Amino acid sequence: MSLRLQARKLACERDDRWLFRDLDLDIHAGEIVRVEGPNGSGKTTLLKILSGQLADFQGELYWNDHPMRRTRQDFLANLLYLGHAPGVKAALTPLENLAWYQALAGEPDDEAARFSALSAVGLAGFEDLPAGQLSAGQQRRVALARLELIPRPLWVLDEPFTAIDRDGVAALEGRLAAHARRGGCVLVTTHHELADSPALRRIRLGQGGDDATL
Amino acid sequence: MPLFREPEGGAGVAIRATLKRDLVLMMRRRSEVLNPLVFFALVITLFPIGISPDPELLATIAPGLLWVAALLAALLSLDSLFRSDYDDGSLEQLLLSPQPLPALALAKVAVHWLLTGLPLALMAPLLGILLSLPAGSYAVLALSLALGSASLSLIGAIGAALTVGLSRGGVLLSLLVLPLYIPVLIFGAGAVQAAILGDGVSAHLAILGALLAVALSLAPWAIAASLRISING
Repeated sequence: MSLRLQARKLACERDDRWLFRDLDLDIHAGEIVRVEGPNGSGKTTLLKILSGQLADFQGELYWNDHPMRRTRQDFLANLLYLGHAPGVKAALTPLENLAWYQALAGEPDDEAARFSALSAVGLAGFEDLPAGQLSAGQQRRVALARLELIPRPLWVLDEPFTAIDRDGVAALEGRLAAHARRGGCVLVTTHHELADSPALRRIRLGQGGDDATL
Repeated sequence: MPLFREPEGGAGVAIRATLKRDLVLMMRRRSEVLNPLVFFALVITLFPIGISPDPELLATIAPGLLWVAALLAALLSLDSLFRSDYDDGSLEQLLLSPQPLPALALAKVAVHWLLTGLPLALMAPLLGILLSLPAGSYAVLALSLALGSASLSLIGAIGAALTVGLSRGGVLLSLLVLPLYIPVLIFGAGAVQAAILGDGVSAHLAILGALLAVALSLAPWAIAASLRISING
């Protein structure tokens, strides 16, 4: 299956300041693209633009060589986005949280899959506790369980390593590499240093944006 | 696990899951469900004490009072409609799902009406007794409130969606939404008034129904567009 996300001449201005300008991107299947930059350099904004959430930017986005405007539905059906906020309801149990995401993604209702996704992220035994009683790291793991549960080729992850312990970081890093090897594509912001691999590419966002490079 | 599976479940599955999730969430936060009902009861109990216990006077103002208090109670609960979803990031996930957003928004509004508008409508006849509302108008009161509050939930959700990105959007929400509530209030209170006077109520109820039909057909799209604007900001 083809997978190609392109951006041409991407530029975004916030509060009279260019976050980035003339940014050209070409992201293919099998790649892990890490967006780097200091705090406030526009990493989250870039991820939101690339996942089709923000309309306030200049430039063009292409999904599989078609303008994003026309292929938005197909793009969304291929996308798994994990934002800064984990999107986990504190009053619901991890299982209930995942059940909603499963239905929202159009997946068949499959309780066994939810259990195995939760145990894959190390939450076996916590399935029926309200998520509000879990620690911040465990809540993040509930969100990460969606990676196991919902098969989507394009992952856009905003700081997925936040609040995760060392073993969890290693496991998640392995998960990202495995996804890329199988032909998926990962777009990630993180301050955590990812292990070098041929699949890894970097986008560096600097202050002022003129030096945004690929 | 495959890398990709074509989404099988249609919008129906997602809508049902959203309904179920929101119902479960509200049942676990009972105070939020009870707040508007308690507010409604308190306001209505205070009026006979504050104005006069004279049954004739109370009966004259009862339709308007009940409707205004119910409307404000519904308005009070609106701010939280999308707030918690916005705060914990579920709202952006809702917007990024490959399902039709207007339908999902409608599911959320339906839950709001089921747990706010409908209980208010069922409670109103009881409070009507307190205001010595003439017997015979109770059914019309409940029916007009049930119909009208559905429109109120739909219209109010547009305002809630527009103000969800603002940290203190409560006052703005009221200002945005109240003018649009006025037609519903006029025909709702008018229906109860007509029932007391013994006039035909069908015209009033028909107009309330028509308002609901218009709101049902337009509001979901307006809510979806408003949510997109709010997330953009």
